[in-house]
Amino acid sequence: MFLEQLLNGLQLGLVYALIALGYTMVYGIIKLINFAHGDVFMVGAYLGVLGYTVWKLPFPVAVVVAMAGAAVLGVTIERLAYRPLRVRNAPRIAALITAIGVSLFLEYFSSLRFVFGPNYRVVDRPFKDVRWQLGPLGISNIQVIVLLTVIALLLLLQFVVYRTKIGKAMRAVSFDMDAARLMGIDVDRVISFTFAIGSALAAAAGILYVMAYPQIYPFMGIMPGLKAFTAAVLGGIGNIPGAVLGALIMGMAEVFTVGYVTSDYRDAVAFSILILVLLVRPAGLLGKAGPEKV
Amino acid sequence: MKRWVALLAVVAMGVLAGCGGQSQKPAASSQPASGSQQQPAAQGGGEKVIKIGLIAPLTGDVKTFGESTKNGFLLALEQAGFKAGDYKIEYTIADDRNDATEGVNIATKMITQDKVKAIVGSVTSKVTIPVSEIANQNKVVLVTGTATNPKVTVGEDGKRKPFAFRACFIDPFQGTVGARFALDNLKVKTAAIIYDKGNDYTVGLAQFFKEAFEKGGGKVVAEETYTEKDTDFSAILTKVAQAKPEMLYLPDYYQKVSLIGKQAKEKGLNVPMMGGDGWDSAELDYQALAGGYFTNHYSSDDPREEVQKFVKDYQGKYGSKPDALAALAYDATNILLEGIRRANSDDTEKIREAIQGLKDFGTVSGKVTFDQNGNPIKPAVILQVQPDKTQKYIATVNP
Repeated sequence: MFLEQLLNGLQLGLVYALIALGYTMVYGIIKLINFAHGDVFMVGAYLGVLGYTVWKLPFPVAVVVAMAGAAVLGVTIERLAYRPLRVRNAPRIAALITAIGVSLFLEYFSSLRFVFGPNYRVVDRPFKDVRWQLGPLGISNIQVIVLLTVIALLLLLQFVVYRTKIGKAMRAVSFDMDAARLMGIDVDRVISFTFAIGSALAAAAGILYVMAYPQIYPFMGIMPGLKAFTAAVLGGIGNIPGAVLGALIMGMAEVFTVGYVTSDYRDAVAFSILILVLLVRPAGLLGKAGPEKV
Repeated sequence: MKRWVALLAVVAMGVLAGCGGQSQKPAASSQPASGSQQQPAAQGGGEKVIKIGLIAPLTGDVKTFGESTKNGFLLALEQAGFKAGDYKIEYTIADDRNDATEGVNIATKMITQDKVKAIVGSVTSKVTIPVSEIANQNKVVLVTGTATNPKVTVGEDGKRKPFAFRACFIDPFQGTVGARFALDNLKVKTAAIIYDKGNDYTVGLAQFFKEAFEKGGGKVVAEETYTEKDTDFSAILTKVAQAKPEMLYLPDYYQKVSLIGKQAKEKGLNVPMMGGDGWDSAELDYQALAGGYFTNHYSSDDPREEVQKFVKDYQGKYGSKPDALAALAYDATNILLEGIRRANSDDTEKIREAIQGLKDFGTVSGKVTFDQNGNPIKPAVILQVQPDKTQKYIATVNP
């Protein structure tokens, strides 16, 4: 039972991690909490599901299409909603409120009948359900797919951020935006790229989420988005390994509370951990301490 | 400075537009219903008019319930020629999205602005309980088709809400029937119950099932709760699987049950699953829940004449088989119309008395006589979910 719960926690935590990365990367670069991120996750999930059900694409192609679609959406949001504010040096709170506005817009626009519609839908999986029993440990193919996909994406992200030119530019902009601009880095392009990666990861998370918990509706992004944001803060917002660590802690806390205490305290325990950690380490587990204005 | 102000205005507008979407959505979705479907008011002529309202979840997590309810309601009115006794019936329809707050808002609007004398609805107990509270305070007759929780017609203080009635049996009966079926027909000794702790309907069913199951010699080996927003049941189900129950009792609506049923199979819980009338929807995941049983109000396969006539009329009008929600909305509307007919008055006190006084009134889901709490005494049926998206009739259980 312990191993199986560990696996459940890993699955939940890794999906949170994919979403949390989007929050943390955007924050790391432009110090903005992009509240619309949970809704990009939702749109990505819809695109993926429509891809292989309505448009009849092969499943891996549908995933790529959804990630690309979400990346375009993320960049568009940045272009239309956040960049104009940044260019005019608007106060940070204005950008935050805009993010909430974009989030509500995506939710209610998606609820319209000619978009995705307001109703819950059961998602049919594109592959058969398989379950293996390894001694006391039961594993389903969904869990294996989630674990492998997330780990592959995390490695890919690690490669992009630390081994490519654009990754270097991202780190430079995150370190000091003005200095980076003086060094000839196209800051706006780097920011767009960050939004694109974060949104693509959210789309992947969205598809994995509806594979694991086969149901889809326009407000599905709110709770996972909130929990992933919490995970990002827990790990130290702006820090990539921190987001993954925070997400795993959140997932494990939820699952083990249900497994060994009672399901009534599921969210209470997860959020208590957040409060306790922030009391001891205000910048989060792996965050840099320093003057912050949020 | 000017530019800064303009910018803030734009941001504020963006946010307002976002919030506006939220508050206008229900109004927008109820508008066409009440706008296009309301009859024109009677022109002078001395014809007497009575207004009634339908409250149902036409969108949201249980929208198939709302759609069936609306169909049943309209069919009953149409067959009555939009008349009851000397009165011409005018109606208005509103969407509660299966949200208790929204239900209260539209009930208040119907009573104070539309001046309805009676309400049919709502569908789920969590919405109908507060709505019946308001209807009762304003002396407006309420007949719900499907809200099965006892608190719909009886207040927290144990006092009867005299203006509230329902066309369905109540959860203590439904939970008991489920428990007896599990013990006697499925021959199981242990069960696990998983339910939403924030929903009156699921809490009630879980409690009544447990009482009856343990009284009958069974043992509830695991009892787990979740909240409405949960989608990940892996941890709960891993824990439940450890307790090795011989069956799962899942007393929630079709959406949640579909999710839980699917994940239960992934955790190797291949035991019979059972639930209540909340399973009755075309959007249930029939594959995941194939072989599961649920207690319901009626079966469209019932050979009784009332049932077959209703099924035929309904199919003729809507092209699909009526589910229990449609049948009960049809029954509730007919109970209300009969009350108005007998009272032949728009005095809600007289209508209320006429409904309370009904004896063996023939409806699709059985003969209706109300007990002192406004609950009809009626049998339940047990249906089995088939993988080909149909429901197989298993048994009828009398009270």
